[in-house]
Amino acid sequence: MTPGAARRLAGWRPALSAEALLLAALGVYVLGLCVLPLLRLLALVLDGGVTQGAGLLAQTWASPAARTATLNTLDAALWATALSTLLGGGMALLVSLTDVRGRVALVFLLILPLLIPPQVSALAWLSLIGPQSPLWALPGLDGLRPTRNPLLGREGVILVMGIEHAPMVFLALRAGLRALPGELIDAARAAGSRPSGTVVRVVLPLMLPAASAGAALAFVSAIGNFGVPALLGIPGRFPVLSTLIYQRLSGFGPTALPEVAALALILAGIAATGIALQAFALRRFAVPTDRTAGGHRGFTLGRARGPVTAAAWALMTLIALLPLAALGAQALVPSVGVRLTPATATLSNLIEVVTSLGTTRRAFVNSLTLATLAATLTLAAAIPLAWLMARGSRTARLLNLAADAPYVLPGIVLSIAFILTFLPPLPLLGISLYNTLWILLLAYLARFFALALRPVVAALAQLDPALEEAARNVGARGLRRLFTIVLPLVAPAAGAGAILVFLGAFSELTVSALLWSRGNETLGVVIFSLYDEGRTTMAAAVSVWVLAVVLALAGAISLLARRLPEGVLPWQS
Amino acid sequence: MAVVTIADLGFTAGGAQILDRVGLEIAEGEFLALLGPSGCGKSTLLRLIAGFERASTGEIRLDGRPVSAPGLHVPPEDRQIGMVFQSYALWPHMDVAGNVGYGLRVRRLPASERIARVAQALETVGLGGFQNRRVQSLSGGQRQRVALARCLAMRPRLLLLDEPLANLDAHLRETMVEEFRRLHRATGATILYVTHDQAEAMALADRIAVMDSGRILQLAPPDRLWREPACATVAQFLGRGQIVPVEVIAPGPPARVRLFGQELILRAPHGLSPGPARACLRRTDLHPATEGFPALLADSRRLGDRHILTLSPEDTPDVLLRAEAAYPPAANGVLRIRVADGWVLPGPTESLPAQPARRTPRA
Repeated sequence: MTPGAARRLAGWRPALSAEALLLAALGVYVLGLCVLPLLRLLALVLDGGVTQGAGLLAQTWASPAARTATLNTLDAALWATALSTLLGGGMALLVSLTDVRGRVALVFLLILPLLIPPQVSALAWLSLIGPQSPLWALPGLDGLRPTRNPLLGREGVILVMGIEHAPMVFLALRAGLRALPGELIDAARAAGSRPSGTVVRVVLPLMLPAASAGAALAFVSAIGNFGVPALLGIPGRFPVLSTLIYQRLSGFGPTALPEVAALALILAGIAATGIALQAFALRRFAVPTDRTAGGHRGFTLGRARGPVTAAAWALMTLIALLPLAALGAQALVPSVGVRLTPATATLSNLIEVVTSLGTTRRAFVNSLTLATLAATLTLAAAIPLAWLMARGSRTARLLNLAADAPYVLPGIVLSIAFILTFLPPLPLLGISLYNTLWILLLAYLARFFALALRPVVAALAQLDPALEEAARNVGARGLRRLFTIVLPLVAPAAGAGAILVFLGAFSELTVSALLWSRGNETLGVVIFSLYDEGRTTMAAAVSVWVLAVVLALAGAISLLARRLPEGVLPWQS
Repeated sequence: MAVVTIADLGFTAGGAQILDRVGLEIAEGEFLALLGPSGCGKSTLLRLIAGFERASTGEIRLDGRPVSAPGLHVPPEDRQIGMVFQSYALWPHMDVAGNVGYGLRVRRLPASERIARVAQALETVGLGGFQNRRVQSLSGGQRQRVALARCLAMRPRLLLLDEPLANLDAHLRETMVEEFRRLHRATGATILYVTHDQAEAMALADRIAVMDSGRILQLAPPDRLWREPACATVAQFLGRGQIVPVEVIAPGPPARVRLFGQELILRAPHGLSPGPARACLRRTDLHPATEGFPALLADSRRLGDRHILTLSPEDTPDVLLRAEAAYPPAANGVLRIRVADGWVLPGPTESLPAQPARRTPRA
């Protein structure tokens, strides 16, 4: 036996094992960044006790602006959710249950909005419908050219958010439809039911939990959305909670903190309700479905196949491709107001934003740095945390749960919490992180930790525990096993998680909008500011660059797809 | 000296008693099989010895030194026990040499010695020259051998094999049984082998521990288990022994007993007392003859070159028995059945499972 073994036999134990130290470091990460700021937010409102906190909430609620914003938030989120459910649900039924042509490409087009940052989507739609859009130059459409962009305001917010969040309903329903045993449909058909009747009486009731879970997710996303209401709602005088918080804080500075904290709590409360609904719907979803039975091969559309295919493609082209094309066109126009013709088209915007325009170039560097650091650091924390969780550490499991909070809560709530926590100088160091790039990094580390964590947790759950036991059996201790056995095996999933974090952080706007400072702009912020200043063509040019990076990375990660555990890629189902 | 000594070992998980007061000794160089139906606790016992689970009660000693006792649990990485997992647990990101040499690398063996020992271990399992092959490119049997080589390279005091043949097809299984016999002779390793397959256990082991419901029912060499089962469960599990009621007239041994109204001599343990008891009769020892107990033929069917008869004794018609015959009986009716061999089970009748012989014996 080795000396180490002999020591252990004599009852010797190290005071602090490497694993305990690792867990402590992860605890500092999760508690310090994911839990503490949110508690700080709660504490500000409830500082003087519950009565005074309730008083502050009541006082905030008494202001007409807050009430209008809350009602608008609910109004827009509910209608957007309805649209998402109709669009995502309808397409899920169409591609899962029928023989419509080109299903793989249709799925890709439907999922596309999920990859595009909200502010870029909003800008793309503005470009498509706006007075300068090349759309109106098409023969026969010239008479329809609007004088003012009709998307500015309530309907535009609802439309763009509805399309943006449709993939969530689609993915939830498609996963449900995949698990639906084909024999249930066959049995209904054998009993004499027609396809439409089968869908209404058999498929839809069984899919209700999956569809409602997806809808609840779309609702929570719509509540917290900032990019769309910021670009469409602010100029259109349709304030929602997230934009109201943003405007109050950027207009009045830190003096407005107590009020915006109260507003943020209202927003968090609505979101929490939605999350609870989703959890409830998912639990209902856990009805035993026999997954061993084969899926359904789908109904044949017969003579309707051609028209239905054409209609589906027309719709997806309109909502997924045309706005992006319009955005590209916008970026090629020399300045706002000029119509795009072969003579006016120029690449100068696209070149200028990355070479000579100081703010945007800085933003590219900042966003690349932040996204790379966020992806690397979340990855570095996610692997050991997932590993400790898989080994049965209850603390690790709690940390994993806590890491979800900053991701599922609206981003604007998180940024208020971060201002409250990091505006005062740090203890011991005496410096404040506010007005630096670091507060953005910390906020991203909190916001996106869950994104890095989920794929690794999924991969470890599917890993044969005997692989690690075999290493223990030949004498390998904890950290050695982590690095030589676990790490290489979960590397594809961890890499996918890191890319997801990068994708999220690269064009992040919601959290950054309140945390950026001069010199520390990010791409999301720059697109918003350029648009705000009326330099739409420049905003479009930056957006095109962002899109190029996002789509290239999404393509790269999809190539990894076959080596990834199920459920890692949100757009792969 | 015993390599492993287990005393009074208990293991509870989630309120369920998985192992109950298990005691066991494995001698140096011995091949011991743990045999039992799935869920009997045999794999748990293996994992307790390897150190992957923590015992609730009792003690495990390796070479006389405790590794598991109240307040003591030596982690698996310090036990120097080799284990071959049912899924083989080969690391897909390493080649064959990487898998086999991993533990030597952990132990910081010089590279030259490591390479030599990897080569030697692979040679032993018949995979010489496979060092740079990818694990995914190997067949099931080859993976099994790599898993074995990975253990052998560590030169463990004890080798644990957890259902090593369960994932192989029947043909390969036979080859690997031969391989394990050869390996055991060649290396002289002490081996503890878990299986639910009695043929495997019978073919390989020096001694077999039959387990059921978390307890060791009997620990004996294969022949003795077959001929002298300690209880009805062991008798039925091994070769589907048929349990019948007998009346002991003279304990012996051998005992004079009354069986279905006929007196005859059966093998018996010491310490039997006159009165009701149970005996184990094997199908292969019951034949139609001119003498023996009268029984009504219920069914007859062909199995290979023999005929399997289903009978109910006239004396106790609610018992169904199977017997063998070289020729099909001429017609349905009453036959006389000769008992060539049988064993009276030790222990009191009431501790045996209720009326096991009333179960329809499966052929």
